[in-house]
Amino acid sequence: MESKHVHEQIAAMRQSFFNEEVLNENFSQLEQLEGKDNPNFVEEVFTMYLRDSIAFLETIEEAMKTIPIDSIKMDSILHQLKGSSDSVGANKVLKEVNKTRQVLGKGNLERTKASILELRKEYDNFKTKLEPYFQI
Amino acid sequence: MNSSSGKSYMSTASSSVIWKAGGDVVADQFPAGLRVLVVDDDPTCLMILEKMLKACQYNVTKCNRAETALSMLRENRNGFDIVISDVHMPDMDGFKLLEHIGLEMDLPVIMMSADDGKNVVMKGVTHGACDYLIKPVRIEALKNIWQHVVRKRKNEWKDFEQSGSVEEGDRQPKQSEDADYSSSANEGNWKSSKRRKDDEDENDERDDTSTLKKPRVVWSVELHQQFVAAVNQLGIEKAVPKKILELMNVPGLARENVASHLQKYRLYLRRLSGVSQHPSNLNNSFMNPQDATFGPLDLQALAATGQLPAQSLATLQAAGLGRSTAKSGIPMPLVDQRNIFSFENPKLRFGEAQQHVNNNKQMNLLHGIPTTMEPKQLAGLHHTAQSMGNMNMPVLSHGSQSSQNNPLLMQMAQPQARGQMLNDSTVGLAPRLLSPMGQPMLSNGMATNVSTRNGVPENIRAPSYNPVSQTSSMLNFPMNHTSELPGNSFPLVSTPGISSLAPKVAFQEDVNSEIKGSVGFMPSYDIFNDLTQHKPQNWELQNVGMMFNTSQHSNSLRGNLDHTQSVLVQQGFSTGQNRNSTVISKAMFSAGDSTGHVNAQNGNQHLNSLFVDNTVRVKSERVADAAPANLYPDHFGREDLMSALLKQQDVIAPAENNDFDFDGYSIDNIPV
Repeated sequence: MESKHVHEQIAAMRQSFFNEEVLNENFSQLEQLEGKDNPNFVEEVFTMYLRDSIAFLETIEEAMKTIPIDSIKMDSILHQLKGSSDSVGANKVLKEVNKTRQVLGKGNLERTKASILELRKEYDNFKTKLEPYFQI
Repeated sequence: MNSSSGKSYMSTASSSVIWKAGGDVVADQFPAGLRVLVVDDDPTCLMILEKMLKACQYNVTKCNRAETALSMLRENRNGFDIVISDVHMPDMDGFKLLEHIGLEMDLPVIMMSADDGKNVVMKGVTHGACDYLIKPVRIEALKNIWQHVVRKRKNEWKDFEQSGSVEEGDRQPKQSEDADYSSSANEGNWKSSKRRKDDEDENDERDDTSTLKKPRVVWSVELHQQFVAAVNQLGIEKAVPKKILELMNVPGLARENVASHLQKYRLYLRRLSGVSQHPSNLNNSFMNPQDATFGPLDLQALAATGQLPAQSLATLQAAGLGRSTAKSGIPMPLVDQRNIFSFENPKLRFGEAQQHVNNNKQMNLLHGIPTTMEPKQLAGLHHTAQSMGNMNMPVLSHGSQSSQNNPLLMQMAQPQARGQMLNDSTVGLAPRLLSPMGQPMLSNGMATNVSTRNGVPENIRAPSYNPVSQTSSMLNFPMNHTSELPGNSFPLVSTPGISSLAPKVAFQEDVNSEIKGSVGFMPSYDIFNDLTQHKPQNWELQNVGMMFNTSQHSNSLRGNLDHTQSVLVQQGFSTGQNRNSTVISKAMFSAGDSTGHVNAQNGNQHLNSLFVDNTVRVKSERVADAAPANLYPDHFGREDLMSALLKQQDVIAPAENNDFDFDGYSIDNIPV
């Protein structure tokens, strides 16, 4: 299938993900689940994840605009996001989500906004990194 | 896979068949082929889970909405073995779904969530989840989920089987009973149940493979009468299940059913005559299979026939039989008998034999009920033997009062509660009704009994019994009973005899136990267990347990609540197999609930369900309802109890309840 070179490239990329903690061990779990009958499992999962999480993020950002902020709703969305991110192993994103939740819990609006921005950033980052990985 | 209980008598065979059907040769390849239903609104997670489960060789069905899942389950009751559900879902709360499933289908349910907060996990436990996984779920965790299926089946079987290997089982339970009897009642119970299990396995009559679900036999009044007639015809000494079965000539009835029923019956008789029957016996048998059956039968034809729980309890209790027969949760008219001593009488009323059985059963129920209910209740019961006493009283009073709710209860409660029971029975049992099983509780230890909740039926006995013994305390109770007992008091009523508590107390014990159990909420069953355990004495209380048994299934504590009083849910316990806790809770409810609506019927049902489910289901609902207050004899002074009981009537969840929710089983504290 892929040439050795590509293999190596993939491996390197993957390794870097782990090193940077973009991905955590849950990702390996997913990889393990992949098998002959569905080689693209991980990719499918990630696609799904990316799709859903974008929607979540957007909802969150929208919610931030409303006043007063519906923190309960936001928290529940964040909770969902947390679950998904954790399942796929998106480590940094997960961390940001947790941070955001905490800040939100404290009621600090400004910090929450900032936190969400960071979350978004991480997320985009994640996406950017993973996409090429999967394309290979 | 619950094969229709009616048919499943064949039980193991059928169950296994079912099992097989589902899994194609599942039995051999178990756990491969396990049919899992996954519910989660997050498609990513759903996909991952599906993949993991498939990797474990399970048969997976996924859905992203709780409603869909429920309808799938309803359409195809035997189509799944286990359900995995997310906690946070948009259309329905995961816990609600959990309860529904537990109630309707009695399947093991595993909760999952990214949330690992202690409260949430506790909630899962109290609602009856058999496990809680933190997301992201690892495949290793999923590999072992089959254990829950096996466990559930085993419990059911155990109940069922008990009858099967009655002969053998008898010996064992008895042994265990004795052993249990002493403070480590709980342990004893476990042992006995274990023994029984072993027995069952050994018996190998049924397909033990994969814990097939045994169908529950519901011993209706007619059926029981047939049974009694057959037994009498053969002579109690010579009555063996096989012959009885032949004489009865009821299609669909298996030897095992008869055997377990016989066991209960014998206990009942013993109770009537000797009173110091092995409490443990009761426990064992009650809970299970018979659960429903007994309750109805004894209680004088359990009004509800099967539902009797409350009523039966009452009657049973009165009879002092406490037997689980009362299972129906009928608050046991025993109370009427009141006089604690009269338990025996009431028992007789029932038809004695029946009650015995029930009581016994009930006690056992407690064992099973490990779930949440008990602990709490136990804790509650714990309160102090005194409380128990108080409890009893209130319970009793409830009984008296409960008449409103549980007609039966009241009867029982009144007569008994009135003073005697309370005094004797460590009132502590208090309205819990929990487990009249306990011996007249008099022992303050009742509270401890409560702790049995989890299965430690023993706990109940011990602690609860103490209260019971407190005759003095009991007295207080009776006072309350006057009408207070919202009907919960059923069992307590039985304790009326509490003064002497001894044999009669059985009721009390139930009460105590109930109370004890109820203390927590559900503990009722524990109490029952305890009750049964503690005192062989007339544990009419056992009846209570019995009541529970029947109701157990109902899981909904509600049933208990009604009976609560008499519910002695204990009776219910027996029904439930493990549901003891449920039963108890039921009992508790009954006690608390006095609303009586649940009475026997509910009680039974609930109990059964409770027990069956073991899940806390019962508890969460009921317990709260049951107004733990009732159950927790501890501090409940009579007034408290009474009020609790009263409250229960209206609101099943009296404030006192402490936690029926089993949050942190307070029962643990109960010194067992």
